[in-house]
Order: sequence, then structure tokens, then C-alpha cells
Amino acid sequence: MLAPLIHILPLATVTRTRLMPVEGKIIAGVGQKVNPTDTVAEAIVGRKHLVIDVAQKLDIPQREILKCIKVKKGQSVAKNDLLAESKGLFGKEIVAPANGTVVATGSGKIVLETGGAVFELRAGIPGVVTQTIGLRGVVIRATGGVIQGVWGNGKLDYGTMQSLMEGPEDLFEPARIDVSLRGTILLGGHVESQKVFQNAAELAVRGLIITSLNPALLQIASQMPFPVLVLEGFGRRPMNANAYKLLSTNIKRDVSLNAETPNRQNNARPEVFIPLPVSQEPPEPREAETFAPGQLVRVVFLSKPGRLGTILQLRPMASLPNGIKTNAAEVRLENGEQILAPLTNLEVLG
Amino acid sequence: MPASLIDGNSLLAVDVGSVTTRAAYFDVVEGQYRLIGMGHCPTTNYSAMRNLVLGVQLAVENLQSLTGKQLMDDDGRLLIPSQPDGSGVDAMVTTFSVGAPIKTLVVGLLPEISLKSAEKLAHATYARIVDSLSLNDPRRLDEQVNTIVRYSPELVLIAGGLDGGASYSIKNIIETVGLSAYLMPEEQRPAMLYAGNRALADSIKTTLSKIASELVICPNVRPALEVETPGPAQRQLANLTTNIRQRQMPELEELRTLSGGVILPSAYAQGRMVRFLSSYYGGNKYVLSVDVGASAISLAASFGEDLHLNVLPHFGLGEPLSGLLKHTTLDEIARWLPVEIPLETVRDYLYQKSLYPQCVPATHEELFIEQAIVRQSLLLSAQTMIQRLPGRYRKPGGLLPSFEPILAGGAVLTHAPSLGQKLLMLLDGLQPVGITTLVLDHNNLLAMLGVAAEVNSLLPVQVMDAGALAYLATIIAPVSDAAYGTPIVRAKLIREDGTTMTSEVNMGNLQILPLDSGQTARLELRPLRNADVGLGPGRAGAVEVIGSSLGVVIDARGRPLRLPPNTGERVKLLKKWLKTVGG
Repeated sequence: MLAPLIHILPLATVTRTRLMPVEGKIIAGVGQKVNPTDTVAEAIVGRKHLVIDVAQKLDIPQREILKCIKVKKGQSVAKNDLLAESKGLFGKEIVAPANGTVVATGSGKIVLETGGAVFELRAGIPGVVTQTIGLRGVVIRATGGVIQGVWGNGKLDYGTMQSLMEGPEDLFEPARIDVSLRGTILLGGHVESQKVFQNAAELAVRGLIITSLNPALLQIASQMPFPVLVLEGFGRRPMNANAYKLLSTNIKRDVSLNAETPNRQNNARPEVFIPLPVSQEPPEPREAETFAPGQLVRVVFLSKPGRLGTILQLRPMASLPNGIKTNAAEVRLENGEQILAPLTNLEVLG
Repeated sequence: MPASLIDGNSLLAVDVGSVTTRAAYFDVVEGQYRLIGMGHCPTTNYSAMRNLVLGVQLAVENLQSLTGKQLMDDDGRLLIPSQPDGSGVDAMVTTFSVGAPIKTLVVGLLPEISLKSAEKLAHATYARIVDSLSLNDPRRLDEQVNTIVRYSPELVLIAGGLDGGASYSIKNIIETVGLSAYLMPEEQRPAMLYAGNRALADSIKTTLSKIASELVICPNVRPALEVETPGPAQRQLANLTTNIRQRQMPELEELRTLSGGVILPSAYAQGRMVRFLSSYYGGNKYVLSVDVGASAISLAASFGEDLHLNVLPHFGLGEPLSGLLKHTTLDEIARWLPVEIPLETVRDYLYQKSLYPQCVPATHEELFIEQAIVRQSLLLSAQTMIQRLPGRYRKPGGLLPSFEPILAGGAVLTHAPSLGQKLLMLLDGLQPVGITTLVLDHNNLLAMLGVAAEVNSLLPVQVMDAGALAYLATIIAPVSDAAYGTPIVRAKLIREDGTTMTSEVNMGNLQILPLDSGQTARLELRPLRNADVGLGPGRAGAVEVIGSSLGVVIDARGRPLRLPPNTGERVKLLKKWLKTVGG
């Protein structure tokens, strides 16, 4: 059976696609070295449209409106510029209510596109641009350590990672966040209290990497101005040993935190990337694998959450203790305990 | 389309679900079409390969290994048609439910009439309504336009205007739709379906054909005030849904080609089959089918030819679970637990399962939680469907109409460890009333048979006759306002061998009258205290019933089913019911 993979790798070559929500301008060129905070592309987002009903305002029939309209599609206009006018003794004028661009005229109406803000697409990771994707974004190739998570709030940043963890089963105590951690990316345990987010926001941290999250805090986590990445899931869980080891041995390094919202449709997963210099490019992570004895796996569901183990034997259509028959595997956990786990509840570490 | 077995075509039916891809092989055995085997594999759209076809290949590989029948060549290409050496298959058909709900804008003239018809159309597919436009919309024109552009719908469903009726107002609304679509980036413009006043069809084509990514003109869904004919538009919508999915997942084109163009959304195929069964079972019966999927719960209710299809993406048992608490509470879910489990654990289960929809419960506790979620989701789905039904089909008190049979599919039901658990999930979730039969689509074939009927009208009938669907139990569910503990029905089961069994069932009780599979019996029912056993209040009568492993189930627990508020009492009662049906 095809196995889902989770990447927890001390060193790998990765290619990451960075896309804007709409088309814009690509700034970085193919072959260009980029830093995480470099803008690689930009676009205008959040534009508004103003529909001006010229026929109604001038009180003339639609068929006569063409000669009254004084602007063309694509034309930029400033506030109070003339848009249309009617002749005659009681002629009227219509002026632009705001700066903008005429994007449509017809059916007696003029549509102005106004406002909007510049969206700057950051590289997110230090690497080399290998490809541009139309006017939407770029592909960047980089080397370093990768730790994938399961949930993110859609934000991205780069900074020095500091740890507040003493062990993989830690609870993230809000009081541990002090002023010395301002502007850093914090590694913490399970978050049970919204005070963690409040304190982190007050100190303007660059991001939070947490083991697990009380789902009641999902909305707050989503609204944080900095990236929040959940490594294991919802409800109290320990951090898997490999992720804990890799993260805790890279404390005080600069890391990229891409808390991308998970999306099964495009296989997007949030991740921590630890840039590392290499003399020779390490291999890219495996993208596909089938379950087999000897594989290191992570238990992802409620029972034995976050535990790592090794597949001893595949058990097709085995009966679970609750009576469900499913494809399963005998797994020896790191503590020596042996469990029968449905294959659907396992991820292969790769 | 073969009407006989002369062609004897074998058929491969593929269903691409959001979690599992299944491949079923049908062929003629002893003059009848049979299901020969079923292979499955996790859907591969969500893996790093992001290609549905790989999952289909793996499911067919699994099917090959189970049946010994070679269906693919050494390079993994399906052999269609059958080869002289006996390998391959004559034809293939495909259904799919994979993919995120389609962001949909519904447009109508009057909110209570044509807008409702457009909404009803949206409910028949994997759609999420993001906004609606109608004559009474209080927003300014630019507010409407900006909202539509911001939501960026993938599909616009337009109804409005009676045939021969006024056209000015709907034209204005359509101009707004056209302008909004025009302002979207070209690659994001929506597909559109128009099913309004037919006199406007040409003008709609002129206005929208160059703006919509695809425009379909259908017969009016509401040609007259009291007449609704959604059928032709639903068919076109099924095709449009497929095209939208194909734009999102280009590899669907390969499946479409292999299937000779016969590819349908699973829910539409399910509905098609249920409408067929409504006449197949005779007497224009009211038939209900429920499919509990990871992406949606789909309920297809057919009242004779009148099909009401409800696809409910927000009640799916996979990713949508993270949003379930917008529609219900943890207490309402936890009330179905036959053991005490902290609410936080139930909550964590919901959210973790939304991250890992493919996971199966590994412990007793997880199984109880999952089955509690199924009950509550089914209950909410059934209530939603009932609210959407025309008044002529509704029962007093918002109870489920008298469907017979009720067909149920979906992995969470069919993979439950015991028949009793399957039964209780359905009884508690749907709360059927009167006399009905619960039928389990244990191979989750219904949608596959629905699409198979497109190329072979005999196959679905013969496959069902051969036992593709399993009788779970005959249900007698009286409606009564008698006090708990008072007798409300006397039942006498007279078996073919002459043995009899009599029982008096009290309000609040669940009782089983054993009747083995394959046996039939006559069941005499005498309601007490004016209870309605499905024959009318206080009316006695007799029905022929079919046996199953669970026999005849008299569910006198009340409609709607009310559970004790006290946790201890409730848990005790749920345990007792579970024990009654065999655990």
C-alpha cells in the first residue's frame, strides 16, 4: 500500500514553489541567489471596483451613452477627472470618485478599479531561483534540514530559533516567554492557553513552532500576525523524537518558518527549514514509498500519538482490538512496546 | 447500450473518492452479471504524486491480485477492450467525489422561488454556496460585484423567470454576474449554468458565453410557478461538475478517455440509481439512499420519479470535521457515546481526523467516538434534507418520510465491526419511522451501478438481484406519544414453518424478533394507545417481512429519539441497546 510520507530530514535538497494569489510582476530571475526576506515577486491585491451608472446619473438612454463617456478602458484617472458628460442647457458631468483605472465600459456604466495594496512575495528560504511560474511566482532550490508539520496559519517568516522546551512532552507555559526572546522564532510544546499567543504577540516574536494545539485556540492561532506551525496535531501530544532531536540541536540557528495552511488538494504542508551550507548537494527527499517492514513510521492518530516506531510485519486485513478489519502493521515503538496499527494511521519518515 | 446479454460486455467501474479509490469488475457468470471483485487503494491525488490515475492503477492492481484477472498490461495501461487472450475489460466507467467543494454563486429572480430552485440545484452536487444574487438583494451594485470578485466562485447557477414571463429584471441580474466574472482574472472565471426563462437563452449566450469559462443553457428548472423540473439541469450540472474537476485535476481527462466519456460525480450517479430503484421496487416507492463519505454525506430521496438529491459537504466525515462544531455541539455528539469519554477527547478526535481523514479508529474508545460523530452527522443531514423537501413529502414533527427501503453506504458504516453497530448508527442517525427495510451497500456499489447503467442497463439490475446489496434488517418504528414504559405495539411473527413469536413492546424499548436470513414471515402488528406503526394512527395490519442476521427490529424508542439528560442513565441505556443488537 502506498505510504504517506512525512519529511523530518537533517539534510536534504528541496525545491519549493512560492506563488502569489494573483498574477503580478516577477522580480527574481532564474539562477539568482535569494535570501529568505528577499522579495521575489509582487502584485496588487485587494482592489475594489466602483460601478458608475452613467446612464442613470446623466438621465439619458443607454443607446446615447457612448458619446457621453470621455474615458477608455485601460485609462488611468485621478480623483475628480471627468468621466462622462451630457450636453445641453442642463448638461451634467460625472467625475471620478477616486484614483483608479477604467477596467470596463458598457451597458451605460463605467467600472473603475481602485485601491489595492502591494503584495510582496518573499523567498522564504535561502536558495537559488530555478524557475519562474508565469506571472505568479518562482521555484527555489535550497539545502538544509526539513521538519514538516501538520497545520499552519498561512504565514511565513525567518529568524533565529530559540527553544523553550525541556522535553518532547512539554506544555508551553506562557510565563516562559520573556523579553530576551523578542524577535525570535520560538520552539515550544503543547499550547493549552491563549496567553501563549498573547505573550508572543506582545513580544513581536517572528514565529511559533509548537508540538500540538488545543483546537479551541485554532481561531486565535490563525489570527496571529506571525507564523504558527503545529508539528503533531490537535489535543495534547508529544513531539516525535526525531523532530525534537533535529530542532533542539539547531537552536540559535536561523530558520525559515513556512506555516503554510495544509491543503490536501495541492499536497501543501507547513514546514521548518534549517538552511545549511554544503559542499555537495544532498539528495532530494523521497516522494513516494510503499509500506514495508523495517520502515520508521510515526503514529498520527489519537492512540499512541506522535510515537515513532519500526514496522516489524505487515498484516493484511488484520482484526484490530475494536473488531475493525483493516490493513495493518505490527510496529515496535521506541520504548519497546509492540502495537498493531492500521496502515492508514501511519506515516513513513523520509 | 446493450439491452440483453448478447454482447456480454465485461465492465470495470472506478470510483475515485476523496480518501479511497475503488475498482470493481463486473462480468457475466451463468447468464447473469455479477460483481467479480473489488480492489481499492488510497486516493493518490493527495500524495506527492498528485495524480489520480496512479491510484486507479493501484486499485486495479489490487483487483487483479484478488481476482486473478489481468486487466492491465505490463506498463500499467488498462486493456480496453478485452483482448483475444481473455485479458482486459470491454468497457470502463468512472465516478468521483474527490475534490474540495465547488465555490458556487446562486442567482435567481425571487428569493423564495427561482433562487430556491438554483439553491436546490447546487445542493445536488459537491457545491458550497458562497453568495447569492436575487431581485431583492439590498446591496449596491458595486458591493455585489466586489463580493463576487472576492469570493471568486468556480460555478454560477442561474435560475429565474417563468417561461413566457418577464425578462427585464433577470437580464439586469445577469449583467451583474457577467460584469463580475469579466473583472476576475481570465483563468479564474467561473463556469455558468443557466436554467431560467427559456426566452432569454439567446440573450444569455450573447452576454455570458465569452465571459464564462463554460456556459451551459438548460431547460428552465421552474417553467411555471408550481412546476419544478430540475432533472435536465441536474444532468447538465453533473457534466459541468466533471469539467470543473477536470480543470482542477487534469488527469481526470485520462480517466474520461478510458471511460469513453462515461464519467459522473458519485452523488449524481447515486441519485440516478435511487430514482431507478424507486420504480424497480414497484409502486413508485419512496426510496432513500445515504452515502456517508469523507468529503460529504449524500442523501438521495426518490419519491417515485421525483428525485431530491442533497450533497452535504459540511457533514463529510473527513476534512469537513473541523467545521462540524459550527453546526452542532460537543455535547450533542457525546450524547451518543456508550461509555464516558471526556468532551476534550471527542473534540481532539474531530480536529485530528480532519487532518487525517483516512485514519480508522484503532481502539474501542476511538470507535465509539467515530460512531457518535456518524450518528450526529446523519441526524443533521437528515434534518437538512427534510427541511428542503416540498411540504407534500414532509411528516408532522419533522420526522423522516416513510422510505422503504433505506439504502446505506460509506466506509464508516460498512467497515463497522458488527451488524448491530451498523444498525444502530442508521437507526439513531436517520430515525426512520413506520415499516422499512435497511439495506447495506456493503461494497459501496450504488454510485458505480448508477454510472454503469449509462452503458449497460441490465448490469445494475442483475448485480443487485445477485445480492450486491445486503438486507440489514426490517424495521418497525412506531410513532407514539405514550409515556415511556407503556406498551405501544403487539407484534406476532408467523414464520414459514408455522412457528410464531409474539411480543409486546413498551415505549422506549428496542426489541428484536429473530428471523434468519433467507426466511420470510408474516408480521402482524397491533398498535396500542393510538400508536402509528406505519399503517396510520391506531391501525393494525400485517406485512410480509424478510429475514436477516438481525431479524425484525422493533424500534419503539420514540420519534424523535430522546436520550436521558443524565450521563449515567444515558450511557446505561446506550449500552443496553448495543447489547440488544448483538454488541
